[in-house]
Amino acid sequence: MHIELKAPLSDNDIKKLKVGDKVLIAGKILVARDLAHQKMVKKSPLDLNGSIIYYASPTPTPPHYTIGSIGPTTATRMDAFTPALIRKGIKITIGKGKRDPKVMAGSVYLVVPGGAAALLSKSVVNSKVLAYAELGSEALREIEVVGFPAIVAIDLKGRSIFK
Amino acid sequence: MRQIPTKKIADTVNALCLQANTELTSDVEKALKQALKQETSKTGREILQQILENAKIARKEKLPICQDCGLAFIFIEIGQEVKVTDGSLTKAINDGVKQGYKQGYLRKSTTSDPLTRENPGTNLPAMVHTEIVPGNKLKITVMTKGGGAENCSAIKMFKPTSSKNEIDDFIVATVKNNGANACPPLIIGVGIGGSFDQAPLLAKKSLLRKVGSSSKWEKELLNKINRLGIGPMGLGGKATALTLHLKKGPCHISSLPVAVNIECHAHRVKSTII
Repeated sequence: MHIELKAPLSDNDIKKLKVGDKVLIAGKILVARDLAHQKMVKKSPLDLNGSIIYYASPTPTPPHYTIGSIGPTTATRMDAFTPALIRKGIKITIGKGKRDPKVMAGSVYLVVPGGAAALLSKSVVNSKVLAYAELGSEALREIEVVGFPAIVAIDLKGRSIFK
Repeated sequence: MRQIPTKKIADTVNALCLQANTELTSDVEKALKQALKQETSKTGREILQQILENAKIARKEKLPICQDCGLAFIFIEIGQEVKVTDGSLTKAINDGVKQGYKQGYLRKSTTSDPLTRENPGTNLPAMVHTEIVPGNKLKITVMTKGGGAENCSAIKMFKPTSSKNEIDDFIVATVKNNGANACPPLIIGVGIGGSFDQAPLLAKKSLLRKVGSSSKWEKELLNKINRLGIGPMGLGGKATALTLHLKKGPCHISSLPVAVNIECHAHRVKSTII
């Protein structure tokens, strides 16, 4: 049984998510990693309220494709920036690997299988660069997804799937 | 002397970069299928199925298996009776990497400076390791290795009198502390001996072996690691590592370096002999 999620999200939307739940995401997701985070915390180029951030940077888009392979990167590298972005309204982050629930307070952390990047690209129906184009593959993107599968790794109560 | 032109070398490196990034090797695929059979965690099984499905899509559509197409490690074994003609061997290798990463729409993850983080968008320079061997052949091995798993690696300088148990504990603790972030089920390379620079290279070279733990020590370590319960993607389960490879080297009477090089399940290695 999958729970369906669609951004923009409210606190009520994420309250129902419990550690271990399987979710399917539809709609718009922001894509950013290390360098874009460093810039976004100083001055965000867009309203982050209710949004979802996916820690990733895709391979270049081949001809006739929407996007290249796009799997998650290690989430904990973004920890230094995450609380500031949660204060700006981020509700969900998506990545891979262990994280400290304290860093995530006020948001929910989802994981997707790392190294399944070609498979995950099949859930992406639209992609565009929103800002920091100079960062190349690390630019801030917005992707639109359908049936993007993820697992709740840390919920709003701070319960973690990791031992 | 047998002559090998640089163009032949560049073309070979180009082709190997494309193959390595899109075609999961059969030994890794077999190990993943075996792990799926043995996995008792439901989520763990689902993830292993997704990983296998991903490999199928990547192979069929020539898409990168992982978005992190890695640093391009090139291992060269050059016969002492080989003469490289028409230019520089190093340039030929770099030309091949640049071309392969462009042609294959592979992500360029190599920064030219560790602090300014500038990315020239070529995935250069290639990380080249060269060995001179007897004969008139040239063996080229391409390994593309992601940064997330590499970050979970470790080295420790033990005392020459340290016990095997202490070494085991260090190897298992390295996986326990960081393994969940490195895209398990992992492939683990261990280098024991050599010097501060050689131990990690021994560990990395042990990753080039076909997947499968063979010695008693390797099997013992693999069993210990798979009892940690980290499981696929760190969400719990039996399949924390697919294999552990150990390579030893001579060292100083005062030293006993041990390096653990962590590799993800998206293990991308291809070789050719010219």
